[in-house]
Amino acid sequence: MMFLNDPINFIAGWMRDLLTGWGLSNGLTTVIIYFIGITVLIVFAMVLDILLVWVERKVVARFQDRIGPNRIGPFGLIQPFADIIKLIIKEDITPAGADKLLFNLGPVLAIASVIILWAILPLSSKIFGVDLNVAVLYLVAAGALGTLSIIVGGWASNNKYALLGAFRMVANMISYEIPMVVVLLIPTILADSMSVQKITQAQSGIWFAILSPLALIIFLISAIAELGRSPFDLNEAESEIVAGFHIEYSGMKFGLFYAGELLHAFTFGGFMAVLFFGGYGGFFGLEKIGFFSWLNNPFVQAVVFLAKAMFGYWVIMWIKYSMPRIRIDHMLAFNWKFLTPLALVVLVNTAVLSKVLAGLPNWGYVLGMFFSNIVIGFITVEILRAYGRKQRKAEAKLSPQSAQNQEQAA
Amino acid sequence: MQNEWLYIGIFLVIGIIVPIVPLVFSRLVAPRKPNPIKQSTYECGIETVGDSWVQFKAQYYIFALVFLVFDVETVFLFPWALSLKQLPLFVVLEGVLFIGILVAGLVYAWRKGMLEWA
Repeated sequence: MMFLNDPINFIAGWMRDLLTGWGLSNGLTTVIIYFIGITVLIVFAMVLDILLVWVERKVVARFQDRIGPNRIGPFGLIQPFADIIKLIIKEDITPAGADKLLFNLGPVLAIASVIILWAILPLSSKIFGVDLNVAVLYLVAAGALGTLSIIVGGWASNNKYALLGAFRMVANMISYEIPMVVVLLIPTILADSMSVQKITQAQSGIWFAILSPLALIIFLISAIAELGRSPFDLNEAESEIVAGFHIEYSGMKFGLFYAGELLHAFTFGGFMAVLFFGGYGGFFGLEKIGFFSWLNNPFVQAVVFLAKAMFGYWVIMWIKYSMPRIRIDHMLAFNWKFLTPLALVVLVNTAVLSKVLAGLPNWGYVLGMFFSNIVIGFITVEILRAYGRKQRKAEAKLSPQSAQNQEQAA
Repeated sequence: MQNEWLYIGIFLVIGIIVPIVPLVFSRLVAPRKPNPIKQSTYECGIETVGDSWVQFKAQYYIFALVFLVFDVETVFLFPWALSLKQLPLFVVLEGVLFIGILVAGLVYAWRKGMLEWA
């Protein structure tokens, strides 16, 4: 029963008794227990990553009206394992002019930058790596490391296409990090903490997605941009620069980039769940009723969390497979002229309203937050429509041909 | 508190070792038959001219400068956001004023046409 309620502390306590019983010092015991715990967590993440390859291939197949892998194992489940064996026994080609050290560092960083995010990912109230009090800043820092892996890999390949891909990734990073960080301030304000556990607990009554739907949308867009997935996959635009930053990578090194991208997308789905959808909890107070108390079980919470993370991953995939790639100048303009100002407006709105509405009863606070977001969203859409109308008029003035066409149509 | 960062430290070390394992394994079992043509730089079948590590025009240079300003700004905003519940409304509005000054900078860059792709 003890194991079911608090598995990590139960096993850790048992091992601590065992190891100190052997005569080891307290500090060394802590290090050994951490070592084993971390290895188990990382192995879990890597196995999940392998299954994500299967999920990704199945889902993209459905989007493109195909069946996807279905030959090896039930529903093709063994396919990713076969892929890994193929990638490992492939010859690994390093171009002659490449910077050897950085060339090998790129794919290693690609995986490592994602794995270190799992240190703070709260799978449930009892199953998690560590509850940092600066977790939100840690998320930003580790996210920047992932971008660095692409820049390092692209530069070290000594290939012009790869260099262009790395260049574009820099443009991507220096833009979309701003709305990302600004939007991360909003759960921090609402929960009054940067710790992911406290942010999750603050949402046991109401999700932050309802308090600030605009923040959720901005976070999703900037997360996709930071991942470098379509429609922001300019760093590997196959129609222009062939494969971008990973053009010279083959064999297992390419496999690591690919696996890193998938796990990164899933992890950001997980953080979207933590920051906006209540993480492992967020049942709107349902778990406090006696009949539903089983929702507080750490294993049930972990399943709920993984389901929410998978939902976020699916949304990211959905956008990836239904949107065309955007041009780089449009990408920069979209960020600096639209997303950043909007993120700052939402931030100011949240900060002031959370202060002004603090005296109101709970329902007043929730309704005020929600409708202020709706109003901001409505005004934004109206401004965009007015701008579009103005531009269409200017275009019509420039070319009398199209104006004539419009008159005829009228 | 110290234990938390010890945990992160061990996590970093194992996180870097884990991706190295398949690379080492691949080196042990994969064939290695390099030749000059195989190792040449890929460029759609054309022979490569010159080095790739050249000075290249970064057209988003101004964007990088604006990014720097805003990135530093957000560092200052995190403590403000964390203590928002204890602060009086006046101090909250001062934070808003701080954001407003930076937005004025963004508007200036925008009006000057610095946010156009050139």
